[in-house]
Amino acid sequence: MCLGVPGKIVEMTGGEPSMGVVDFGGLRREACLAYVPEAAVGDYVIVHVGFAISIVDEQEARRTLAVLRAIPGGLDEISR
Amino acid sequence: MRYLDEYRDPVLARALLEEIHAVATRPWTIMEVCGGQTNTIVRQGIDELLPAGVRMVHGPGCPVCVTPLEIVDRAIAIAVRPNVIFTSYGDMLRVPGSATDLLTVKAAGADVRVVYTPLDAVRLAERHPDREVVFFAVGFETTAPANAMAVLHAAQLGLRNFSVLVSHVLVPPAMTAILDAPGTRVQAFLAAGHVCAIMGWTEYEPLAARYRVPIVVTGFEPLDLLEGILMAVCQLEEGRFEVENQYARAVRRTGNAAAQEAMTKVFHVSDRTWRGIGEIPASGLALAPEYTDFDAVTRFEVGGVTARENPACVAGEILQGTKVPTDCVAYGVICTPRHPLGAPMVSAEGTCAAFHNAGRLTPSEPTP
Ligand code: SF4
Repeated sequence: MCLGVPGKIVEMTGGEPSMGVVDFGGLRREACLAYVPEAAVGDYVIVHVGFAISIVDEQEARRTLAVLRAIPGGLDEISR
Repeated sequence: MRYLDEYRDPVLARALLEEIHAVATRPWTIMEVCGGQTNTIVRQGIDELLPAGVRMVHGPGCPVCVTPLEIVDRAIAIAVRPNVIFTSYGDMLRVPGSATDLLTVKAAGADVRVVYTPLDAVRLAERHPDREVVFFAVGFETTAPANAMAVLHAAQLGLRNFSVLVSHVLVPPAMTAILDAPGTRVQAFLAAGHVCAIMGWTEYEPLAARYRVPIVVTGFEPLDLLEGILMAVCQLEEGRFEVENQYARAVRRTGNAAAQEAMTKVFHVSDRTWRGIGEIPASGLALAPEYTDFDAVTRFEVGGVTARENPACVAGEILQGTKVPTDCVAYGVICTPRHPLGAPMVSAEGTCAAFHNAGRLTPSEPTP
């Protein structure tokens, strides 16, 4: 049950608590958006037991990957 | 999908592994707290690819595994009532109680239903006003806001036929208990990223300082785990003990304010018994006084149910990282995912099931 999965908000349906539709690589599911009040359509969120618990920060995601790519072994492999 | 495939890149994984090998000069023992992380580590064989001295020990972070036996027995006692619709996350159904499990009583006719989200349980209560709908509210800080919302929503709808059987546990007190345990070997922690997405990491700062242990907030993909391990090893090698955040794309320092607000409205901190570990002070959540009307234990008067654990099961030691499943005499012999003797064999997040699903053998078993 502890699996949190990233998905993209494709629709905000509102209501109380506020709901939306999240796309998980083609599979669409309803999710509660009450805990990500600042989220908008197009944002990636981590969904856990039907609740979006966090907005995925694109910049941070890119930054982490850049850090990983800068590791010497990784660069060697890529440039080879 | 973006943010998913990139964090599974095998080339970057290899580079990270090489970096860990380059950095580690001494043996270190690191515990990953969360069962989801255990599953990835064991399934991908990450622990077996680390330098010989760097050991991963698997922590108590599987909610299925730490839900006390008497709560499972209470769940079963409620589920068999004729007017009850008992709802639960799927992985609680096969958890062995003292005498039976929820799946078995379901097969015998009890109305037990798996829900994906606690809001589905509230919907069932709306649709069946003549029935009592009970939701099995288990889990760590990750599920607590969802379960809190279910209670808030039911209260708002004025539902009188909805209640929750609460067995919520909190991560930091369990980490403290593990560090306080005599003979503990844990020198660093990977904290569970999604717990921190809710709670942030400020609670871990005094822990890291007091016990001089590095704590790295870590995500769930293979690259997240490898980077988390690398960050922990670097801290250990340099003699640092800080809280660092590997999972910056999803976790902010103070966590999710809206989720915390709902949680603290519906629940308050209470002592909790952890299956296999025992009682840990202030380590769980119970319904706050304003919401005790939703407490299934009082509604169905099952507070007196007591339980008896299978003596062969060493789940407690496994959850505290002092034993691995292959040390257990029952592992793979009389205890398998099809016939679990103890809770860690039930869910894929449980250490015993993770080992079994990955085909890990006991030392006495010949390699096929
Ligand atoms: S293998 Fe089974 S009996 Fe042994 S500790 Fe794990 S769950 Fe308990």
